[in-house]
Amino acid sequence: MRREIPLLITGIVGIVFVLQYFIPHFPFNRMNAWFSDWFSIVAAFAIWLGALNLMKISFQKVFRRKSDWGYAVVIIMSFLLMAVVGFAEGKGFRDQGTAFDWLFQFVYTPLSATMFAILAFFVASASYRAFRARNFEATLLLLAAFLVMLGRVPTGDVLTGFMPEGMRLSAVASWIMNFPQTAGQRAIMIGIALGLVSTSLRIILGIERSHLGGGD
Amino acid sequence: MNHNCRTTKQTFLRRDFLLLAFLIIVIAPTLAAQQASDTMPADTVVADSILVARTPAPPISVTVQDLPNDAGGSIKVNWGLSPDDVAGGKARKYRILRAETIDGQRQEFTEIGDVTSGATEFIDGNATSDVEFYYKVMAVNFLSEDNETIWEATSKSDEAGPVKSSAQWFDWRRINVFVGVIVLCGFILYYINQAKAGKKLFIRKIAGLEAVDEAVGRATEMGKKIFYIPGTQDMDNVQTIAGVTILGRVAEMAAQYETWLEVPVSRSLVLVTAKEVVKEAYTKVGRPDAYQEDQVHYLTDDQFGYAAGIDGMVVREKPATIFYMGAFYAEALILAETGNSIGAIQIAGTAMPSQLPFFVASCDYTLIGEELFAASAYLSREPKLLGSLKGQDMGKAVILIAIVVGVLLETFGIWKLSNLFTVID
Repeated sequence: MRREIPLLITGIVGIVFVLQYFIPHFPFNRMNAWFSDWFSIVAAFAIWLGALNLMKISFQKVFRRKSDWGYAVVIIMSFLLMAVVGFAEGKGFRDQGTAFDWLFQFVYTPLSATMFAILAFFVASASYRAFRARNFEATLLLLAAFLVMLGRVPTGDVLTGFMPEGMRLSAVASWIMNFPQTAGQRAIMIGIALGLVSTSLRIILGIERSHLGGGD
Repeated sequence: MNHNCRTTKQTFLRRDFLLLAFLIIVIAPTLAAQQASDTMPADTVVADSILVARTPAPPISVTVQDLPNDAGGSIKVNWGLSPDDVAGGKARKYRILRAETIDGQRQEFTEIGDVTSGATEFIDGNATSDVEFYYKVMAVNFLSEDNETIWEATSKSDEAGPVKSSAQWFDWRRINVFVGVIVLCGFILYYINQAKAGKKLFIRKIAGLEAVDEAVGRATEMGKKIFYIPGTQDMDNVQTIAGVTILGRVAEMAAQYETWLEVPVSRSLVLVTAKEVVKEAYTKVGRPDAYQEDQVHYLTDDQFGYAAGIDGMVVREKPATIFYMGAFYAEALILAETGNSIGAIQIAGTAMPSQLPFFVASCDYTLIGEELFAASAYLSREPKLLGSLKGQDMGKAVILIAIVVGVLLETFGIWKLSNLFTVID
């Protein structure tokens, strides 16, 4: 029963979701919204599971003096600080000028922005590695990237200004993006869509059940 | 004499005064009014005869029908243009009037909306289902200044109705999707049955999945950890489900090889599911004792907080192998580049086309789109799952044929094949 009930629920909900796309009649027309609401409610309650798990693991690290336990202290302190300040502020904890807002604006946002900014450096290092002309495909990639990058900045058109308009670097870059790139991306998208249907069908029919914790 | 003269003078004075008073009281306002009417815009004072001259001809052939393929509550009103609905003509907009029937009694017509000239259709989205309605369409000519109507000349069409709106049990605009789903599901179910019957199915090699064994083995040899990152999305995302499914297979290998598998997650529901999956995998291979509660742990729901947390763990603990399987956004490259910097063998799989190039650049193997969904079947080699892959491939073949035929037909302008594939959201 431990496996059959989840399988049954998955199957019924999956079929209902497929049907609601084709049936505009009540109650099918409202089911998408209802299930989304239910998912949000379940996920909102489940956040406590995550928070408690984080605290449990961090406290265990600290008490057992596991390696790098100092970071666990930072996690615990940060978590408690935000939680205590948030609860102390009450209902309007997100209003401008509150202590919670201050922590959000001047601690959380800069930290988040820093992580995002690091991406720029990682793009550079990844591009450097990807664009090395090791073989024919990589050389093709390098060439396409070179043309697109140069075609996307005014320098490209300045360098090729003597050529007919359709053959300038900006036109070449647009052609690469609009045709070979779009064709490749669409091929991937079609594969993804078919994979999604196939996986969904396997889950609905109960053929794929390892996400429920095991095979047969 | 003097007295007479004075009397005559007084009489004249009184007459002058009376005349002046008459002028002031009677004639002046008339003149002023006349003057004012001369300076006012001609249109502000409009005689009925002028309005009649400005009245447009009414719209013709008004028809009403229940809006098809909807959940009820909508009626479509169509009409033919007024003969005066021409450039610079008198029909400048149309007004839709509606009368509903309550307890068998027809109510007064009320305005429910306006559309500009040239329009021939109006959707009444507030028509209660199963209630009878009557409609009229009014052609309107008007003059307005500063959003205030100065005059308006209208003419109504004949009434149309009664009509009722009702909910439909099938959206016929989506019949093409329905047929597509039936065909694809038919292929998948057919090949699942074939596989169950013992038919050998050829599945092409997927390098990224062939390398899973090698990657787990490498971690075992090096005595280091395996990190498994199931993406940043929740369990309502199929990519996350696919990621968690592959986690089960990887966990089985890790349990067999006695290698520490660590799964930091960013969603509470993924935490619960992943814990169950890993625990079951350890039990399945006869190593329930090797499973530790803190193998699967929650970090944060925050995208960059999660990336920072994993980056820190990767740099400190230097795992031998890292799997990225699921839905990723901007954190994809941050994670993969950090993993690359410590020399870990990395296998990624995602169906997010915008993140695929980053994984390709930074990881040793990348499962591109559909390969992520095929991974579970590929790794388990279960006939039923392999059958579904074959069915999926047949669907792809049908689409390929449709594309080739469509390109040829469209090129020669024979038939609008692309219309068959139009999807209504």
